This record gives sequence, C-alpha cells and structure tokens, in this order.
Amino acid sequence: MAQITMTQALNLAIDEAMAEDDGVFCLGEDVSDKQGGGVFKITNGLSKKYGENRIRATPISETAIVGAAVGAALAGQRPICEIMLMNFVGVCMDQIVNHAAKLRFMSGGQTPCPMVLRTTTGVGVGFGGQHSDMLEAWFAHVAGIHVVTPSNAADARGLMRASIDANDPVIFIENILCYGLQSEDPGPGYRVPLGKAAVAKEGTDISLITYGRTVLDALEVAGELDKEGISVEVIDLRTIAPYDEATVLASVNKTGRAITLHEAVRPFGTGAEIAANIQEKCWDNLKAPVRRIGGTFSAVPFATHLEQAWIPQKADLVAQIKASVGKG
Amino acid sequence: MAEIERDKLLDVYTRTMKVNRTDEKFRALLMEGKVAVMYYCVRGQELVSAAAMAALDKDDYVVCTYRGQGEQTAKGIPLEKWWGECLGKETGTCKGKGGTMHITDPDTGIMVTTGVVGSGLPIANGLAMASQNNGDGKVTLVSFGDGAANIGGFHEAMNMAQLYKLPIIFLCQNNRYGEHTKFTDHTDSPDISSRAAGYGMKGLKVDGNNVNEVYPAMEEAVEHARSGKGPVLVEAMCYRMMGHFFGSDFSYMPPEHLEEMAKEDPLPKLRKVMLERQFTEEELDGIVAKIDAEIDAAVEHALAADLPSTDEIYKDVLEDVS
Repeated sequence: MAQITMTQALNLAIDEAMAEDDGVFCLGEDVSDKQGGGVFKITNGLSKKYGENRIRATPISETAIVGAAVGAALAGQRPICEIMLMNFVGVCMDQIVNHAAKLRFMSGGQTPCPMVLRTTTGVGVGFGGQHSDMLEAWFAHVAGIHVVTPSNAADARGLMRASIDANDPVIFIENILCYGLQSEDPGPGYRVPLGKAAVAKEGTDISLITYGRTVLDALEVAGELDKEGISVEVIDLRTIAPYDEATVLASVNKTGRAITLHEAVRPFGTGAEIAANIQEKCWDNLKAPVRRIGGTFSAVPFATHLEQAWIPQKADLVAQIKASVGKG
Repeated sequence: MAEIERDKLLDVYTRTMKVNRTDEKFRALLMEGKVAVMYYCVRGQELVSAAAMAALDKDDYVVCTYRGQGEQTAKGIPLEKWWGECLGKETGTCKGKGGTMHITDPDTGIMVTTGVVGSGLPIANGLAMASQNNGDGKVTLVSFGDGAANIGGFHEAMNMAQLYKLPIIFLCQNNRYGEHTKFTDHTDSPDISSRAAGYGMKGLKVDGNNVNEVYPAMEEAVEHARSGKGPVLVEAMCYRMMGHFFGSDFSYMPPEHLEEMAKEDPLPKLRKVMLERQFTEEELDGIVAKIDAEIDAAVEHALAADLPSTDEIYKDVLEDVS
C-alpha cells in the first residue's frame, strides 16, 4: 500500500468530499492556487480543479470567514473554513461560540450548522507566543461543537471525512509538526467516526490518555517502558470533545492507573476534566491518583531551548508513570 | 420618482401596521404584568422593516437583531409561533429555547436573530455566498442599527461582500442610538451610508419615515443584489422612539429629541400618504382591526400553550446520532 503524509491525507479527504458533494467548499486566507494552495498546502490543486468559488481565498478577516461559513452552513452547504493559526481564533470567537455552536439549540433544532473549522498550531516550530498555542479546552468547554485532532495521516484522512459529514460544527486541529508524518493510505471514502478513541497501544499497568502530537511521545515512552516491564496502554482520543468516555473508562478500569497528557497548558486543561471524570467513575478500581501532564503555564517562548523546555518532557512522563505504578 | 404601485403600497401599510400593533400589544402585556420578558421596542422603526420585507421575495433570507420584531412579523412568521416563542412556550418557533432575542423561522426566511451587535453581517454573507454558489437566486438582507456599524465585523463583512459581489443588502436602521449612546456621540461622520464608497459598494441613504423614499430604495437595492451587481448598503434614517429595551431608563434622550421624533413619526405620515392615494379611513381602520384580532388570537394561543418539557435542555445540543 502507498504511504501518504498527513498533508496529503487532508488534501485527499477534502478533494473527495468536494467531488462527491457540490455543497462542500473551502474558504480561508491564501487557500487558492493563486496564493500557492494554502500556507501549509492543504488545499493545493483544489481551486484549479473546482474553481475559485469553491476554494475561496479570503481577505485577512477571521470574523468574516467564520461568519460566512456559519451562514453557508445554515443555507445547507458544507463549508470548510480555515483559520490559518489557532491563536487567531481569538479574533473570531463570537462567531464560533455564540453562533456556530448555539444556533442548533437556540433555534430548537431548526438551523444546524454543519461546518468544519480547520486550524493549525503546535509548539516546537519557533513561532513564539502568538502562533503556537493548543486552545482546544476553550472549545471543549462550549456545548454544541466537536473538537477533533488527528495524530497520524490515516486518521487525518478519516477524521476529515467524518468531520465534513457531521451535521454540527467541528473544530479540526492540525499540528504543524505532524504534517509530514506518514501512514499507509487507508484509501478513498475512509472515515474515522467522531467520538471514537483509538487504543494506540495496549497495556495493562497504566492508561496514558492523550491526543495529537503527544501521542507520538506517549508511544515512544511506552515502547521504552515495555523493556523495563511496565506495560503502558496509550489511548489516542482523536475526538477531544465530546470524547469517548467508554473507551477511557474501560481502559482505566482495566489498568487501575491513569495519566492525561497534552501539549496545551496544564491548568484547567482537558486533562483536568478527564481526570476528574475518571476519579468519579473509576474510584473503586483506582490504585493511584490520576496525574496530569501539560505544557508550562506561560506563553510559548521563542528561543529554541526555552521552547523545548516548555513542552511536556518525555523524561517527566517516564518519571510520572514510574511513580504511579510504584516503581519510581 | 415613480409612484409606488397601489397594491404594493397597501402591502407596505399592512406590514407596517402588523409591526406596530404587535409592538403596542407587547408593551401593553408588559405594562399589565401579564408577561415579563426582555423586549426591544420597535416603535418608530415599523415602516423601515415593513418596506424592506415587502421588497423581498418570500424565500429570501433575512438576518436580524434582538430588535427584530419588525423584520420577523413583516416577513410573515405565523403570529402564533412568534408569540409562543416570545412567551417561552413549546409552540414557539424555537420551542421556547431561543426567546425574543433569537427568533428563528427558516420557513419564512428568518435564518438568524442575533443578540450580539454586528454579528449578523458576517453570517448574512454566508447565506448570500450559498445562494451565489448554488444559483438559487435568493438575496439576503441583514438588518442592524447604527451602533453595529462600529464593530469590526461590519468592516470585514462589507469588504468581503463587495469582493465577491454577493447578493446581499446591508440595511442599517440608523435610529440615532447605539444602546444609550447618541449617534453623534459614537460616530463623528455624518452618516453610515457614505462608508459604502470605501468598499467600492453601492450606498443609499433614505428617510426611513417616508414610504415614498424608503420603499423605492429597498426595491432598488433588492434588484441590484438579485441581478448579480453585488451588495448594497442602505441607511434608513429613523428614530427609536423608546428606550433600549422595554422598561429601561431613557432619561438620556433629551426632550427636544423626543419632540423631533414625534414630528417625524412614520405612522401618521404613512396614513397621510394612504389617504392621498385614495384609500379610505374605513379601509385603513379595517386592516388594523383585522390585524388586532389576529394578534389577540395569537396571544391567547400563546398564553394558553404548554411550557416546553424540561428535557429540552438536553436536546438540540448536537445532532442525535444514536
């Protein structure tokens, strides 16, 4: 089977959805081939194929971009809008939170809002404080939206198709450092259902619950600890909200221990919600307190060594796993 | 300027009075204590809404604001559903989950009523974009006040609409107040419509209290947008003759301003035009009596209707895919 990168996977998923449904269209800054097919090339080649109306390059106007996606979705289309970098959601939160997320509910179910908001981010690229944050918890805290992030190319293809199919808004978070990851191509029409986690690696001693780029760290650490006789189960949530509680709880009930791991800052992060839920529902099976690992509670710094120190450390992950299983 | 066709004029009059009588009824119910909900009075702006809705087709899209009663009833939302929603009943357009600030009725094209000043403009662009994409021939009209002209979304939406030549009408009802702040205290330029030029857009400024100005302008704007020539910004000068919302303090509105408003009241002016065009007092009064009877019946229906079931708080959050 052919290998594809996450960039190719996303492009293929959008391409095939556009080919199947005239109502699917993209809008965002620089997305047309006139501007090079997107800053990260996700929409490369698509305006040549589908025209400038279906790959609409927009002005730098995030509120107008998301608002237009909301309106088009209300009219029955399936817009995929792009907010180039996740920090820029700060200038269009009203459209996402007050409108996209709530219009189904506030209309009594009459106006669902089937749209995908793609956005990119990630720590470790040297982009500094306003281009790197993982802000998924902001959206996970709002009823009426799905929050999705892939950790590999195959999931990216399947999650993107499922997100375009969904009849509600989806915040689709891409990590810049994952674009080059390769998977075996799952092929056309492949879908990964929203709200379903993957057990990325089975284990028996502790559950490591994570998503996005930190799945790679989790798998690397789990592989190393296997050699030391510590069996780590890695859960890749894939959909951060609403998340696959059944898979998470089943894993923790089996292992009796859990750590949440995300690149986003630790305080009030999604890991806190998951940890609290585990303590409420798995208490009788827990052998150790649930631990949380996240980014440092400061702005993402610029200098490489500072940025690297900011990110959740694999050494810390190892230490916390060992402490949790009593081998620290 | 060509005279408004007689049938059309009657249509505008009927819609205007529907808006006005609905507003009067709402204020009466609030005064009597029969209902206690947020209501944003439209007294003084009835004609602008009615003229705009009369210029649209039934299937055209409308996005309005919390002060949207005029657009909603003039576009034709069934009154029982409208009152049901305002009173928080299960018979309402949104099963009582939206309320006065979020009336939605896609059947009559009322796609969004937003409670956030200025947020409707970017969304309206999207509705118009969908029509441009699928060629359904609809136009979208978004209504907002002078206050909304100073929020960033206005600028972004205007530029984008003109860039794509979207079939959209931006209707600024300049009612001289942004919440409690007078127009001249929040904006130093003489009007909003002149901003259209900055986007390369067609702009019109009209007296919203004069049917012979506001209706033809709305028709012109709709024709322009529907024919593919792009968006139009229409600024209809009018007055908000009450406070920001029912019961709110409006001591900040000076007496001389209230007197000026009373002189410009669109309703006596419209009645004068109707009589000049040979409609009789009896005909006009008969229309109002019929509207009153419809409103009374709708209010009774809404008052008697059931409250939404409590489990509605869990429904319509996301699509139920189970």
